[in-house]
Parts: sequence; C-alpha cells; structure tokens
Amino acid sequence: MGIAAIHISKTFGGVAALDDVTVEVGSGRLTALLGPSGGGKSTLLRIVGGLEEPDSGSVVIDGIAATGIPAQRRNVGFVFQHYAAFKHLSVYRNIAFGLEVRKRPKAEIKQRVTELLELVHLEKFADRMPSQLSGGQRQRMALARALAVEPSVLLLDEPFGALDTKVRKELRDWLRRLHDEVHVTTIFVTHDQDEALEVADELAVINNGRVEQVGSPDALYDHPANDFVMGFLGPVTRLGPRLIRPHDIDVFAARTSDAVEAKVTRLQRVGFEVRAELRASDTEPWVQLTRGQAESLALRPGDTVWLRPARDAATLAAS
Amino acid sequence: MVSQIAPAATTDRSTPIDLGEAPTQPPRRPRRTGTYVLRGIAIGYVGVLVLVPLGVVLWRTIQQGLGTFWDTISDPTVVHAIVLTGVVAGIAVLLNVVFGIGMALLLARYRFPGRRLLNILIDLPLAVSPIVVGLALILVYGQEGGWLGGLGVQIIYSIPGMVLATVFVSLPLVVRALVPVLEEEGLDQELAARSLGANARQCFRRITLPTIKWALAYGVVLSLARAIGEFGAVKVVSGNVIGQTQTVTLLVDERAEQFEPGAYQASILLIAVTVICIVGVSLIHPPEGRS
Repeated sequence: MGIAAIHISKTFGGVAALDDVTVEVGSGRLTALLGPSGGGKSTLLRIVGGLEEPDSGSVVIDGIAATGIPAQRRNVGFVFQHYAAFKHLSVYRNIAFGLEVRKRPKAEIKQRVTELLELVHLEKFADRMPSQLSGGQRQRMALARALAVEPSVLLLDEPFGALDTKVRKELRDWLRRLHDEVHVTTIFVTHDQDEALEVADELAVINNGRVEQVGSPDALYDHPANDFVMGFLGPVTRLGPRLIRPHDIDVFAARTSDAVEAKVTRLQRVGFEVRAELRASDTEPWVQLTRGQAESLALRPGDTVWLRPARDAATLAAS
Repeated sequence: MVSQIAPAATTDRSTPIDLGEAPTQPPRRPRRTGTYVLRGIAIGYVGVLVLVPLGVVLWRTIQQGLGTFWDTISDPTVVHAIVLTGVVAGIAVLLNVVFGIGMALLLARYRFPGRRLLNILIDLPLAVSPIVVGLALILVYGQEGGWLGGLGVQIIYSIPGMVLATVFVSLPLVVRALVPVLEEEGLDQELAARSLGANARQCFRRITLPTIKWALAYGVVLSLARAIGEFGAVKVVSGNVIGQTQTVTLLVDERAEQFEPGAYQASILLIAVTVICIVGVSLIHPPEGRS
C-alpha cells in the first residue's frame, strides 16, 4: 500500500524534468523528496497529485492505478508553497471547501471543520479572511483544508518555502507532531536538507530528474551513495584521497599512527562550534570542533596537528 | 484634494510595506504662479472640451422646460428608441460577459499557436472606426450580396445586426478588464480547488468567478456605457428606421440634423446614463485594487 510512482518520465519543451524515476512511499509514512531547485522533485509531486500528466510511467495510490485519473478524483490533499488560499472565503469556508463540494451535510461539515481548526490551532481565526493571517497561519489553514477531505495521501510542495526561518522551524516541528497524530501518508518536497533530515521518516534525494538515493535520514547521512548525496545532506571536506564530514575528523596535538600532519591556517568560531581550516600536504581540509575540543587542544593558527578519520566515519573516494 | 498621507505601495503585495520609509510620492512643489498657470490650463482644457458643451446641452434642455423634457422622452418614438437601446445594449453586454470570460480565460490560461495574434485582434475593435465595422458587417451579413446573407434570418437592418456591431466594439473592454486579474491570480487556487474534489463547474463558480467578479463588474459597466453610446457601427447596420431600428444615439443625430425638438432631451438622458456608469466604475474600482 502507500504510493508508488513507477518509471516516471516527463519532459518540458525538450528538457527532461524526470528521467525514469521510481519512488515508493510506505503507507502512513512521512517522506521527503529532497534536492536542488529545478531537480524535478516538484514535478514528481504534481504528477502524483494529478496536477501534471507524466509522459510515461504510472502512479499507484493505495493499490489503485491513478494515472489518468484527474486530480479531483484522486483523493489527494495538496498544499502549495504559496498557500493557494481562497482569498474570497473565510478560514472556515476555506477548510470546509472540499466537504462543501462533496455536498456533505452542514452539521457534519461544521463538526469536521471545528476539529481541524483545533488541530491546526486556528480556532480563534475561523471568521478571518486569509489576508488577515500571517504566512504560517495561512499554511496551517491550507493544511487543514487539505486534511478536511480525509485524503489517502497528503502532498506538500515546499510548504515552508515562503516563510521566514523562525516560523519555518516552528512549523516543521509542528508538522512532525501533526503527522504522528494523523498518520496520513505524506510526501513533502523541500530543498532544505535540515528540514528533510529533521521531519521525514524517509528521504528520496532527487537531482537532475533522477533519484540519487532513497533511505532513512540516518542511512543517507551516514552512508551516502555518492558525493552528490553526501554533499547535499551536510558539509563535506577532503582529507587525502577521501571525502569526509568535517565533524568526523579526529584532531591530535601529537603525532599519532595513521594520522596526517597538517597546519592550522585559520580558526573561526560560529556559536558553540569552531571551524578549523588546515593545510595538509595535498589538501586543505577543514574540521568542525566543539568549543570544548578546540580549547582542550589549545589550537592557535600556525600550530601543527595530526588528522585522522574518526572511527566508523563515512567516507567516499574523492572523484 | 488627494490625500498626501496614503502610502503609494498599499496595492503592491510582492514587497512588504516598509513603514519606516516615506511614501514614494513626488515632492510637492511650493505653490507659485506657475502652479496656478498649470491649474488654469488643465481646468480650461477640460472646461472647453467637456464642461462647456455638456453645460450648453443641459442649459438648452432646462430652457425648454421640464414639461417639454417629459413630453419628449415619453413620446412613443423616443420611448421605442430607449427600449431598443436597452435591448441591444443588454443583449450585447450579456454576450460580452459570456465571450469575454471565455476569451480572457483562453488568453490568460493557455498557450497555443496564434495566441499572440488573438491578443492583437481583440484590441482591433478599439482601433478600427465603427463605421468600417458597420460596413464590414453589411458585406458579410447583408441580404443582398452578403456572404452569409442567405441564412433566412434578417441580420442587417434589424436587432441581430445591431447587437453584433455593439458586441464587436465593446467586447475588448471586458476581456481587457479580466486578463490582468486572471494572470495575477495564477492557477494555484483553481488547482487547489480541483485537488479538493471540485469539478470544472464548481471550480469556476466557487473560485474563478469570485476572483474576477470586481474586474468583471468593471468591464461590464464600461462595455454597457460603450454599448449605449455606440453610434457609427449601429447607424450603418441598423438602417436607422424611425420607430423600428432607431436607437437613442441615432435619434439624437436625426433630430439635431432636422432641427426637430428632442435632441437635447435625449442627449441629457444619454449623459445621465453615462454619468451613472462612470460613477459606478469609480465605485467598483477600489475593491479591485485591494489585496
């Protein structure tokens, strides 16, 4: 069950947006499609939602072939980056929209909308117009509107992309908790790796119209399949012939076996972390240390240190 | 007097309004002689072109007395002209609404070969002289020698032809009012409605129509004013048969030319309707600019 997009291809004006992409999403899971802008992830989401037709390939939602079924009959909840709020309708009517077009009884609509208003913490705003809400409130309203029709799938297209950092952070925590409550199969598109790592049960990294890797956030972070995935999910530096995460390098003040010698060129403190830029014989790695580590090593620019990958560090051969 | 306090950016929603910054209005010049000269020119220009001629018509009407005014506009020929004008303008505006919305949706929502050409063609009626429009319609629909003259329905010298001519000259006003609003709002709301289970009809009625309603009202009022005031094309196409195909504008023309009474009174009627339309438009316009 869940959602499967199988061998999907789509071109726009001769440019391949998706090239034979296959992604499967488990029922009740929260899956992130992660990748750089223009990589095809939004297109894939719109194809799953029926807002776009694939050139080839098929979409299966809860075991039912959905390709060719128009959006209105896919029972999919779609949330847009720019909210797509119905500007002429109150918050209440926005959320009630899907139920109203389904001609549900008034009492049932009222009950359901009231529940959803509570769920998204907008009880006090039922009679407001969307223009009187903040961006975060509008997006919560859009989410409630999508959930109102009890969709089998919830699709979120860069849902927090238009919000400022602080609201974005709050909303992603909220989305995670909401999903733990509601358990609707959810796919969300994002280009923000922190957002994806923090919120999703599963990630699919999409780049240049292809799936680079699929897996849990930990699996992808710790065992990236290639340098693109490694670089996209977090910082990467080069130590000798290997690519490695800058926090996966052990620093020694004295010569140590298997460690390479390097000279500290620059120290920069960012909050509680210290970035040490170094020069080794063939590369210029940088190391991420905690403030405590940096102090116990008593690092100064010009010092000579020895560097070695930490135990169990994920490394990739540099191309 | 225009308020100098209103920030100029209230309708701009792409950038948040910066309250700290002064509104971007041109700095006011100190009042000097030059200011008064400019004002005098502007007022004089409007006065000579608009106020004086209209004032004369009004004065002539008043001079002939309220009784004459009433007698004239209750004269059967005039009543017929008024009713005919109403019927032709009414049908034309209805057609404008239907085709205007259709054309605007087509232009704003779809990319197809010939779209640019259609875009230009829609403005054509605003540029072409109405007389030419009338002649062209006769060439196509005329009973004698017209390409489509043998359809069995009398088009030229009757109401269908007059409606056609009126639609032709007033359609662009509706289309041009709608396209910018449709383009600005984009597709997201409609796609959201579809994904929530709305069919095409529900989507149009519940989302598209409310979104464009102010722009539509604006276009309708403008095209109504244009339809009521249309003269050239209707004159050619109608044949101007008194008591049959004579609209109010044609009646004014005829009475004025023949030095028959009634021209001023009928003119005042046209002016009144136009003023109502203009006031209507200015009342409709502000909600369209709000976010």
